[in-house]
Amino acid sequence: MTLDAKIPGGRLTQKWDRHRFELKLVNPANKRKYNIIVVGTGLAGGSASAALAELGYDVKTFCVQDSPRRAHSIAAQGGINAAKNYPNDGDSIWRLFYDTVKGGDFRAREANVYRLAQISNLIIDHCVAQGIPFARDYGGLLANRSFGGAQVTRTFYARGQTGQQLLLGAYSALSRQVAAGKVKLFSRREMLDLVVVNGQARGIVVRNLINGDIERHDAHAVVLCTGGYGNVFFLSTNAMASNVTAAFRAYKKGAYFANPCFAQIHPTCIPVHGTYQSKLTLMSESLRNDGRVWVPKDPGDKRPPSQIPASERSYFLEEKYPSFGNLVPRDVASRNAKEQCDMGKGVGDTGLAVFLDFADAIKRDTRAVIEKKYGNLFQMYEKITGQDPYQTPMMIYPAVHYTMGGLWVDYNLMSAVDGLFVLGEANFSDHGANRLGASALMQGLADGYFILPYTIGGYLAGTNLPAINADHPAFKEAEQHVQSRLNTLLAVDGKRTVDDFHRKLGSIMWEYCGMARNNEGLEKARSLIQSLRAEFWENVRVPGIDKDFNQSLERAGRVADFLEFGELVIIDALARQESCGGHFNEAFQTDENEARRDDENFCHVAVWEFTGDDKAPRFHQEPLVFENVELTQRSYK
Amino acid sequence: MTKTISVTLKIWRQQTSGVKGRLESYAAEDISTDMSFLEMLDVINEKLTLEGREPIAFDHDCREGICGMCGAVVNGRPHGPEKGTTLCQLHMRHFSDGDTIVIEPWRAKAFPIIKDLVVDRTAFDTIIQAGGFIAVNTGGAPDANAIPVPQQAAEKAMDAAACIGCGACVAACPNAAAMLFTGAKISHLALLPQGRPEAAKRALAMLRTMDELGFGNCTNERECEAECPKEISIVTIARMNREFLKASFISDEA
Repeated sequence: MTLDAKIPGGRLTQKWDRHRFELKLVNPANKRKYNIIVVGTGLAGGSASAALAELGYDVKTFCVQDSPRRAHSIAAQGGINAAKNYPNDGDSIWRLFYDTVKGGDFRAREANVYRLAQISNLIIDHCVAQGIPFARDYGGLLANRSFGGAQVTRTFYARGQTGQQLLLGAYSALSRQVAAGKVKLFSRREMLDLVVVNGQARGIVVRNLINGDIERHDAHAVVLCTGGYGNVFFLSTNAMASNVTAAFRAYKKGAYFANPCFAQIHPTCIPVHGTYQSKLTLMSESLRNDGRVWVPKDPGDKRPPSQIPASERSYFLEEKYPSFGNLVPRDVASRNAKEQCDMGKGVGDTGLAVFLDFADAIKRDTRAVIEKKYGNLFQMYEKITGQDPYQTPMMIYPAVHYTMGGLWVDYNLMSAVDGLFVLGEANFSDHGANRLGASALMQGLADGYFILPYTIGGYLAGTNLPAINADHPAFKEAEQHVQSRLNTLLAVDGKRTVDDFHRKLGSIMWEYCGMARNNEGLEKARSLIQSLRAEFWENVRVPGIDKDFNQSLERAGRVADFLEFGELVIIDALARQESCGGHFNEAFQTDENEARRDDENFCHVAVWEFTGDDKAPRFHQEPLVFENVELTQRSYK
Repeated sequence: MTKTISVTLKIWRQQTSGVKGRLESYAAEDISTDMSFLEMLDVINEKLTLEGREPIAFDHDCREGICGMCGAVVNGRPHGPEKGTTLCQLHMRHFSDGDTIVIEPWRAKAFPIIKDLVVDRTAFDTIIQAGGFIAVNTGGAPDANAIPVPQQAAEKAMDAAACIGCGACVAACPNAAAMLFTGAKISHLALLPQGRPEAAKRALAMLRTMDELGFGNCTNERECEAECPKEISIVTIARMNREFLKASFISDEA
């Protein structure tokens, strides 16, 4: 089946204007008659809740944390892109659009990305009006920095805490609507099922994480803003509670999953230090501007870096990519680091790290200059590792950072289930096979503040929504399903902990479906995951009871979903017999080891439909049509 | 090279709010000094789970010091002994072999205990709902550069806006006051021209709400500033007091 993305006709530059005009409107006085559920309170969910409530809709907002302010958008460091062209360096909406499509290795929709670039400017205006303390020049106007390899300076930032400040802005707007009585807030609630009535999303079933009660909530539409699934790899830069459960339950109720194999692996993270490691920390990639990446020439050379002379070092990025050197894109840098470690040249206790050395930069520019540029990063590194990067090289290794795949949505951000909308990292729409730096914040806020408030109105005004409430049999059935799953998890009473299974799943995913993949490894991973999943349901130990604050039970449900979802990622990776962006299949590379796309056969979104437990998902595709940009091959030599 | 230590933990266990809690001892053996404090608790919890005992409940999420979800009082100090560090960023290399480490939840009337080290900080959300925002709807903003903001004002606003809402200031204060938290938000918005139209209304509403929620008052102990993981200055409290006084005497909002 070919999916209809409902992309409006007309010229690219006019599609969104035209669509907004053509969308049906809900009369201002009627908006209060509509009840909308928003799940998640990151940039997408926080902004959507606030914007919908400002329009007059009645909103119920849910989050797993104790406060909406803690969603993981808060950890984004670098900044947010916009096509303001304040620096007068030739930026434009068209250029931001083009860079984003190309950066995504031509696997995103032109119309969505163009709309994102258009909206980028409105976001900055709104955030300044909200009081986001963006960096400014002495004259009082907004400062910009260059970021993520863009050739123009278009990134707005608030120190290294841009995500935090933007999220607190959305949280403030949301809090104002809570006080106004337009948003009802449900924190420490986890969505465990979607309720679909007559083919329409009409509510959710949640677990109250404080006392374990199962609650039913009905609505006229449901909006999922539940983030990415990077934690299927166990170790990632995601927060501990980031999970795929809400999206996966929606998938099982009829929403489609798109491009799940597109995950971004960031090259400059602090390496794994031991088997008890719980998460990985990102170091800004700006460090590669001055640091030189190297490993010892001889595999197994365990001398401290200061005792390895220059002639016995391999500066592998500089050697292999003479013109870009240490500044090759994220995916290339990551893959090469892995390659060196696979050859036994990795450094540190685990052998899974490469050096990032600032000695030459300090010699050239003085320590004071390097300190001014990177002081806070060096301090963070020292806090975590206990080593002083001014004296000894940093050790870095790639880590899972962001997931471009997600629930399939059309141009209105509506999934394959009527009335179920998906925003932010949870959907698949704008980043193709690789996301550029400083564009995740842009997308989350574009979806929540400026797209959904229009498109959901079009849906509500044009749809017949029968009156139902949470007593409907579909709610009862969903609740029973949720409760029986919790009971089953608790009843297994096996010998391995939830984290133990999660860690094992993560190591399978990382080994066979990480930076470089091949068909044989993927097939192997698939069967390993199947047997791990079978063991989970026979041998997991979840302590405690369900009617209690039970963090082991929370995690058990999430890991159970990851164990199913991980296989879907593998299936998708196997189906995409090409390399593009974050998906690198070793069989498809150029002579220079770059990703080799197959535009003839794979210029599409791969979309998966759930057909039943232990059954293969059904494949659909949405062809991607490029009318405004030319498909080219990336090269960094 | 990795080093390991063994320590004794005395951890507050409490089944739920309103029931009696107690300190219980746990041996944490062969703990890598590269572990974070929370990873050390993970190790204990894995062990308790396999022994058929109930793991220790504690809040945490980003584990990189920015979400504000984690926090416990370690040997009498919120977020432990390292300055400017959240509990998740505290590492075991700051402890010695044989140490006894006492771990307790935030203790304040306005933060009831949910379980073990987990407390309910909804009161912070309620303070923000009272006025911690600029009342602009989506869609009507002028161009972002229409209002110049002096760089220094933007920097000071950012200093205050760095608050992560963890509650360490309340836990550190002998009066369990939320003055640093509230002062930080009032300062952030009062320092920016966009925040001025509502400054008086905001200061009055947020302070009134803060008092109603059962937080104490400030007696200049400066414990909050000392323990704040983001090192927010009590200058923000002074600024809040000025905003409050101005609002009380000369605004129409009083």
